[in-house]
Formats: sequence, structure tokens, C-alpha cells
Amino acid sequence: MALSMKGDFTDNLGKIYGIYVGGFFGFVVLMAILSMVGVPDRFILWSYMAMTIGIYAFIGIMSRTAVVTEYYVAGRSVPAIYNGMATGADWMSGASFVGMAGTLFVLGYDGLAFVLGWTGGYVLVAVLLAPYLRKFGAYTVPDFLGTRYNGNAARLVGIVVLFCCSFTYITAQVYASGIIASQFLGIDFEIAVFAGLLGILVCSMLGGMKAVTWTQVAQYIVLIVAYLLPAIWMSTVQFGIPIPQLTYGGALSKIAEYEQILGVAKAHVAPFTTYSPKDYFFLIFCLMVGTASLPHILMRFFTTPTVREARKSVGWSLFFIFLLYFTAPAYAAFSKFNLMGLFANAEGLQLAFTAIPQWMLNWGSIEGHQLVTICGVKAETVMAIQTACEAKGFVGGFPYAELKLNNDMIVLSTPSIAGMPIWVVGLVGAGGFAAALSTADGLLLAIANALSHDVYYKMIDPKADTKRRLLISKILLVVVALAAAFLARTKPSDILSMVAWAFSIAAAGLFAPLVLGVWWKRTTSMGAILGMTAGFCTTMYYLIGNVYGFDLTKGTGDEIVWFGVASISAGVFGVPVAFIVTYLVSLVTPEPSQEMQDFVDRLRLPGGAQMMVQGADD
Amino acid sequence: MSDNISREVAEAHWSKTKRLMIITLVIWAFFSFFIHFFVVQLNNIVILGFPLGFYMAAQGSLIVFVVLIFWFASRQNAIDEEFGVAED
Repeated sequence: MALSMKGDFTDNLGKIYGIYVGGFFGFVVLMAILSMVGVPDRFILWSYMAMTIGIYAFIGIMSRTAVVTEYYVAGRSVPAIYNGMATGADWMSGASFVGMAGTLFVLGYDGLAFVLGWTGGYVLVAVLLAPYLRKFGAYTVPDFLGTRYNGNAARLVGIVVLFCCSFTYITAQVYASGIIASQFLGIDFEIAVFAGLLGILVCSMLGGMKAVTWTQVAQYIVLIVAYLLPAIWMSTVQFGIPIPQLTYGGALSKIAEYEQILGVAKAHVAPFTTYSPKDYFFLIFCLMVGTASLPHILMRFFTTPTVREARKSVGWSLFFIFLLYFTAPAYAAFSKFNLMGLFANAEGLQLAFTAIPQWMLNWGSIEGHQLVTICGVKAETVMAIQTACEAKGFVGGFPYAELKLNNDMIVLSTPSIAGMPIWVVGLVGAGGFAAALSTADGLLLAIANALSHDVYYKMIDPKADTKRRLLISKILLVVVALAAAFLARTKPSDILSMVAWAFSIAAAGLFAPLVLGVWWKRTTSMGAILGMTAGFCTTMYYLIGNVYGFDLTKGTGDEIVWFGVASISAGVFGVPVAFIVTYLVSLVTPEPSQEMQDFVDRLRLPGGAQMMVQGADD
Repeated sequence: MSDNISREVAEAHWSKTKRLMIITLVIWAFFSFFIHFFVVQLNNIVILGFPLGFYMAAQGSLIVFVVLIFWFASRQNAIDEEFGVAED
């Protein structure tokens, strides 16, 4: 079946995913029934995990392939709308799913920099890059750089930048999948990391991009249902209308009232309470430009059948991402409204020790994390909380200001905060896991493909046959995944800011050479190579210098700060530097050959054959 | 030039494409940055409980981005077809 699948499969996508969606809803209903007849919670949580991973593994195995174009670019046969879903899953990481609403909960308006930054960049992708990269017909982003800029120097710089941004990003994904697996399955974090790893590898190893594409579509469906359902639930319960994105205005007004009652100084909707306006807009800029430079996103647009489909596919991608991102602020508002209500409606505006909800203790007592803190202590038992609060002079209960929730628990705990049953809790866990796995797979493939296609095939052994190239790629996939897992196991403390750094690194190193390569014929190889290097080095210098200082230890006082810019916006230095250096060096070096200029001309016209012919056996 | 398209046609196609690029990016910049400079003033307008400045960053600009990309894709298609350089 697997061998004859290709033709049948892409012809029957609607039917196959229709059955899949039906089956998934059936499974959720089954879980709901089981939880009502009293099946233990643990069994339900395990079933969600086993069922979803089983499906992904099934798709991964069915899509196994030994054809090079299928392995690298899914045979260039993915229709725009499905590529949109796959890009959505590729894009929305564990951090988006788990952390976004939490960030908005804590930061209010200022957190919207992430919502704006992580959506607007797609306009840049659609207008400046995706159609042209598709026309060119490369397998990887360094492949394009190597051809446009004549040779392996540009290719190599591209690979270094790709590796730096993708590897920091993938470590965060493996870490996130480990956290979710350990919480929902109740197993040790160290083991859970490797369980997550297995889930990641099973999707990508046998079928490369083809398998990853079709599992990402399946993962998108799980994650979006898991995200929307609790929000719709809360909206229906509180406002009687099942459209949370419309009704949370009501929650926002209530929050404003509660803020008055409880004396909270930072209003939820007031801008620039955490970030300065400068930080806010710099962050939006870096996230947007970074979006348009991240190789694992750009390479998704290599898989569409035509240039026209590539453009349309960017629109679908953003639409599917938008469904989650415009729900996140609603999520945050409902959770905040529920939580503040506990205090605003309590006597003396203090939550009595006897009224502490069970979920606070459940989440608070998870080992190794400070998810819920009350009066400065980990919320493990009522006794511990009471002792700490009484020491602070609060008798009988504690005020809202003494409760601290970790950003990362808002989405995962919202079902329990709002009193939803266990089958919803399990669904949300499965959604978070799908988000982390799908992004990890995309990143893993971006790294392994660059190493196997660009380093091994193009630079080391151009005579290698298909079988050997795919074998090397699969080995590298496992090696990179293991390296990421080992790094994730050390629980690097800055993991979430590292995700934001990946955007700045990608933006500084790749945006200028990619955009100028298409839009300015005069760009020379030397200009692009020096521009990339300068942009990348400036951003890395600032990142390391700002966060650690040059003794590589935090907080020793030798950290640098330029114009008060935060490390997550380090790209604001690198991006202009890359453009300026590329421009100046290009002007003083001889203009590109006539052939290269004709090459760019052809790149700009959608019609005509795909430009790069990858070899007879592809 | 290959693909049997004359240099004049290719240049005319590219200049129209460039103009569309600039228009799209101006709209993008307006909704990404410019409108949010006025968040404090916009927040004084409240619709269905949403302060307008907050709403634009949480939903309004996002909707514009989605529509903008589909609009851009169809405009670019029209340009490609006008000059006969679209795919078959």
C-alpha cells in the first residue's frame, strides 16, 4: 500500500482527512463517555497520548519513501490548503501553544507584541520570498544561497546561520515535549524527554518531508481542536455565545472592574506597562523579519506544485495560525477573569485558606518547577501556604497580589481552573504535545537536510548515489535529535528566551541575502557573504554580550547594553548591518555575470520550467 | 532570455510586480507599526467591551494580514496573466 500510495493519497486527501477528523471526534466522545462512567483519570490521559502518537507513527510509516524529491520536498505535490495546515503546525511550537496565552495573561497588552510579530511576518514571506524560492526549486535554503552567490562559501555561511537558529529552537521543543509528557503521563522528566524524542523521530525518519507534511496536517487538527474547545466552552458558560473571540470583550470589562476592586496597578489593556514602546516595536520587527528568515518555515513553501500555489499557501498558513493566535488573548482574558473573580468575590478580598482550589495544589506540587507560588512558597499543601502567609501578616486568607502563576501553566491548567472534566484536560495535553512534536520535526528536517544535502552531497561527495544520500540524512536526523535531547535534559534555564533569540539570529543572518538576491540584481557574491557574516556576528556578539557578558557567566557586571535594547530584540542591530554591508560591498565589487543576471530574471517570472534540476535520479 | 518572453515584457511585468510589492508592504507597515503608535488614544474608544487599541493588536491587524496576503496573491496572479508569464 505504501508504495502505491502517492497517487492515491494526494488524490484522496479530502476523504482521508475527513475520516481522520471524524475518527478523532469519535475518540474524544469515547473519552468523554469513559470519564463519565468512572474510568480512572490516569487511563484517560494515557489513552490520549497513546492514541495520538500511534496515529502520527502510522502516518509516518505509511509515508516512508526512498525517492529523493519526496524525501526533501514531499514530491512537490502538497496543495496550498494542506501546506497551510502543515505550516501552521510547523510554526506553532510548544511555546506558542503552552506559553502564549500565559504571556498575555501576565503581560496584558504588551504580550500582544508576540501575537503581532508572529503573524505579520507572513506578509513578508508571501511578497518577498516564497514564490521566488519555489520557482528556483531548491531543496534547502543554503541550496539557494549557494547557487545565487556562486559557490560553497555562501552555502557554508548559510548553513552556520541555519544551524545556530534551528538548533536553539529545537532544544526548546524537545524540552517542551518532555515537560508535557512528564506532567500528563506522570513519568520522570529525564525519561519523558526520550519518549518525546521517539515521537519526533517516528514521524520524520522514514519519510522525510513527505511523512512530516502529512503528520503535521494531522497534528494541526489535533492542536487547533484542543486549543479552541476550552475557549469555546468558557465563552458559552459565561456569556452564552460560543464565539470566544467575540465575547471576551465582556471579560475585559469585568477584568477592568476587578482591577479597580483589587487595586491592581497594571491594567490588562493598558500599553507599555512592562515593555517600553521602543522594546515593543523592536520586538515586533525582529519577530516579523525572523519569521521570513527561518529555514524550517521557508522550506515548507518548496513543497507546493506551482508558484501560484506557493503564494496562496502563505495565505492559508497565516489563516490557520490566525485561528490560534486570535484565540490566545481570549484564553488569557477568560482565565484572568475567572481567577480574579475568586478574590474579588471573596470576603475581605482574600481567598480563604479553606477555599484554596484543588488545582492550585495539584499544579503547585509538581516537582522541579515553581508553577504556583503563594505568599512566596511553592503551593504544595494548605499548611505550608498558611504558615507562609501568616508570617507575612495575612490571617484567614491571602490577597490576589500574593498569588503567582507560571506563564507556561495557563493553557494547560485552564481546563482545571474552569472546572472542566478530565477528558478536556487530556485533549489539551495531546494538543500541546502535537504542537511541540510538529515544530521539532520541521526543525530537525531543516537541520538534517542542510547537513546531508548541502554539506555532504554538495560539498563533500557530489558523486554519492541516492541510497547513500538518504542513508546519511537519516543518520544525521538521529544524531541531531539525540544531541538536542541531551541538551534539553540539562534543563537550560534560558530555554524560552532562546526561542526568541532564534528569530533574531535568523533575521540578521538570512533576511538580507535572501531578499536582495531576488530583488536587487546587482548583489554580488562577496557582498552577500560579507553581509550575512556581519549581520550574524553583530547579533551573536550582542546576544552573548548582553545576556552573559564575555566571561560567559550571568550577572557578573560585564554585560553590554546598546541603546537599552533587550536581548530578544538583538536582530534590530544585525538586520540593518547585513543590508548595509551587502549593499556597500556589492557596489565596490564587479557586477554579477550576465548569466547570473539572466538567472535572476528567470527567477522573477513564474512561468517556464522550475530552474534547478536536481539530477536524473530525483 | 529563455522561456520565449521578450525583455520588454519581462521588464514591464517586473515593474508592475514591484509596484504591487510596495503597496502591499506599505499596508503591512501601517498595520504592523503605525496604527499601534496611537494605542493610548484608540483605547478610549470601547466597542463591545474591547478598547480599540487593544483590539487592533489582538485581532484587527491580524485579520488585515490574512486578507492582505490573499488579496496580494490574486493581484499578482492577474499581473502574471496580463503579461502571459503565468504557469500553464
